[in-house]
Amino acid sequence: MPFIPHTQAEVAAMLESIGATSCEELFQEIPDALKIKGIDGLGPGLTEMQAWRLMQTLAAQDQSKLNFIGAGCYEHYIPAAVWELATRGEFLTAYTPYQPEASQGTLQVLYEYQSMLAALTAMDVANASLYEGATALSEAILMAIRCTKRASNKRILLPKSVHPFYRQVVKTMTSPQAVELIEVEFDHNGQISKQKLDELAKQEFIALVIPQPNFLGILEDVDFLCDWAHQNGALVIATVNPLAMALLKPPGEWGTNGADFACGEGQSLGVPLASGGPYIGFLCCKREYIRQLPGRIAGVTTDLDGKRGFVLTLQAREQHIRRAKATSNICTNESLLATVNTIYLALMGAKGLKQVAVQCHNNTSYLKEALRTMSKFRLKFDSPFFHELVLEFQKPVAEVLEHLAQQKIQGGFDLSIYYPELGNCVLCCVTETKSKQDLEQFIQALEKC
Amino acid sequence: MLIFEKSVANRYPKSQMSAEDIDCSDIPNKLLRKTPPKLPEVSELQVIRHYSRLSQKNFSIDTNFYPLGSCTMKYNPRGVHKIASLPGFLNRHPFSHLQQSQGFMQCAFELQNVLAHITGMNKVSLCPLAGAHGEFVGIAMIRAYHQAHGDLQRTEILVPDNAHGTNPASASMCGFKVREIATNPDGDINLDELRAALGSQTAGLMLTNPSTLGIYERNVQQIADLVHSVGGLLYYDGANLNAIIGRVRPGDMGFDVMHLNLHKTFATPHGGGGPGGGPVAANASLAPYLPVPMVSLVDGQYKWLTELDCPNTIGRITTCMGNAGVLLRAYIYILMLGQEGVRRVSEIAVLNANYLMRNLVKIGYTLAYPSRMATHEFIITLSKQYKQFSVNALDFAKRIIDEGVHAPTIYFPLTVPECWLIEPTETESKQELDNFLRLMQEFLHEAATNPERLKEAPLNLPVKRLDEVKAAKDINVVWSGSM
Repeated sequence: MPFIPHTQAEVAAMLESIGATSCEELFQEIPDALKIKGIDGLGPGLTEMQAWRLMQTLAAQDQSKLNFIGAGCYEHYIPAAVWELATRGEFLTAYTPYQPEASQGTLQVLYEYQSMLAALTAMDVANASLYEGATALSEAILMAIRCTKRASNKRILLPKSVHPFYRQVVKTMTSPQAVELIEVEFDHNGQISKQKLDELAKQEFIALVIPQPNFLGILEDVDFLCDWAHQNGALVIATVNPLAMALLKPPGEWGTNGADFACGEGQSLGVPLASGGPYIGFLCCKREYIRQLPGRIAGVTTDLDGKRGFVLTLQAREQHIRRAKATSNICTNESLLATVNTIYLALMGAKGLKQVAVQCHNNTSYLKEALRTMSKFRLKFDSPFFHELVLEFQKPVAEVLEHLAQQKIQGGFDLSIYYPELGNCVLCCVTETKSKQDLEQFIQALEKC
Repeated sequence: MLIFEKSVANRYPKSQMSAEDIDCSDIPNKLLRKTPPKLPEVSELQVIRHYSRLSQKNFSIDTNFYPLGSCTMKYNPRGVHKIASLPGFLNRHPFSHLQQSQGFMQCAFELQNVLAHITGMNKVSLCPLAGAHGEFVGIAMIRAYHQAHGDLQRTEILVPDNAHGTNPASASMCGFKVREIATNPDGDINLDELRAALGSQTAGLMLTNPSTLGIYERNVQQIADLVHSVGGLLYYDGANLNAIIGRVRPGDMGFDVMHLNLHKTFATPHGGGGPGGGPVAANASLAPYLPVPMVSLVDGQYKWLTELDCPNTIGRITTCMGNAGVLLRAYIYILMLGQEGVRRVSEIAVLNANYLMRNLVKIGYTLAYPSRMATHEFIITLSKQYKQFSVNALDFAKRIIDEGVHAPTIYFPLTVPECWLIEPTETESKQELDNFLRLMQEFLHEAATNPERLKEAPLNLPVKRLDEVKAAKDINVVWSGSM
């Protein structure tokens, strides 16, 4: 085994000290009938170089030339400093700060992370992160139900303009608690249908989920939606792209009273696409709900000398204390990615972050304008957008994407699978990473589809 | 200082910004942000220095022995980290076309298979993002199984009283009532109490083996038979797999479904509390309920298995398929270990734990389960020291971090008073263990001669002992512009 330091002589000395004659003897409490000789399907161990050679061949197969898929996972430029710092061994190989005096680095980073996320979303408080965007939305919904304490009704309005995978995850994670998810259709502009909302206003429900931007890349009328929900006695759960919040009105400022909870996926803040993870979910709320907030939270305190320090706080909500009565079963947060988010935000500042958001938007506008002159496909919705567009083709999307993939271009996300009403539609994303030449190349490739 | 306190208005890192105008006129004004978020305004060097210095206030495996019980803080190989960060993997969008996904999917497919072999199970889903997430999935699968069999009266999940807190919390989140089962003085589950608790309302039992007491549950097969005999199912919490990997398999013990903690057994970096990886493995009867997506191999091409291919799946539990980077690291680690290496992990993990345990007894410490062998970890109780010198498990923990060794897990399991749960892992050398023993001997002497030194510890760290009660009382979790 490549990472065990013991020499044979040391093993012998240790066994003697224990009073055993062999390592096998240390497993004597396990019935012999259960013991196996080895694991099938494993060869001899590889050296680091052998492993590198093998994996390099595999990784090389997956290299694309240009990527225009977004759909919740976004390609952004990541300044070199971000991961150089985050992968320092002291951050990378530490564990949960259970001994705060030996973990002030991680704890202060988490406190700064919470402060930055609260600032971005204009919410009062944030936790120290959850797994990823979809599970964060699930936790926000369960939290809203706990905050309402209305046993007779567990209805949540979950618009179809929310990421289809998020809606599936929410269903899996909330159905055991008998949560009733009510779909709200989108209208011909790709926005939550106000007419459908009015039809639903007759029923009691606990919360309305508002995506900004929504899954189709379109901006929702957040002030109206937020006030509408509050006027109907419901809470508001925002699910937002945090990068866009440098440019767009943040949940805490929506409508008259602001959203009650804001959650989302933090991947766009310095985390690479990385084939799907690790990513990071965030969850913020109004101060009055903090005791129902799931997951770890870092807080300020003082030491014996009155010096400022940081600890994990409000742990009485959590599974290791409350067990079956905890706010959630969650234990792990995504500390490393919270560290990445924090360093990225510190480096970019409000100004740098807004520039990235605007560049994404302007590059997307460039593509949108270019598309107007083309005949093979059209823009499905002409509504305000952030950095994604829905294109409608005259043939099945699978053919188009296949054709582009042959040129190592990822053309977008096939909407026809999850939105049958959007047959032949693809969701394309353009971020700040795309130059004019990249966009021209994409447009030419599209024309040949 | 906080990064916010280093901020100066209108300072920004010009290396990360172009001279380009940052306005856009086509978005309706009412949708735009009016005041910028209060983020720090600092230079790139300030950022580098601030976070480099913060990192130095952490203990980590790279810098300290970290015998934190139940967490398996083993060396996280740098080579594995580098290989998993190859550009082809790092830049790949998770929804890329199959043509640009075969490399990653091959790794995922082979990892599914090797984890099935390691666990003695039939099929694996790599989706769950952490141990507790895997527990939720496993219990949701048990629920789906009973529902599919019309067994709607099965509303109860049993857990031992010493189980990880996530076990009851996961069962509860999944809509079940939780019933705790006591353990005997020798640490095994009380079978009489188990028999009395089992019935037609039993959906299943969650168990860790070795248990959280750091000992092997000797009656595991009998327990499995008892639970199965009333129609219940068995969930295996894989937190302690490091003790048995390559030697015994949960599937052979009689478990139906389980999770693995890739960040423990398979050495992926803990990152200060996450990310983790919690794949779930199931036997043939529960496999149809595994969460999607998974990877299959059809006519030489890797394909995604989704809800369309797996009609009985509990559904999606993540946006993408698991923490891909964690999965890749675990796979590369397993390739480097190979057939022999996997067995060697448990062999030396158990050797190291027994070596520490026997020598702590020789020094004068008390074991919670003196008649038992250690597995990959074991428990000492400091009740005697508390009674004699008023020095408790927390004081000892704060004292050892003063000497540059991370404290073991304290006050867990809840059933053992003043306890330390100690897990050295296989990657620590005899010298490191001997240093730990030397310190422990000194502390015992110190407890008798100078107990105040333990009670006021730590003295050598960036802060002295922190007031956790104050933090929960005067809640300050977000910087408001002043402290």
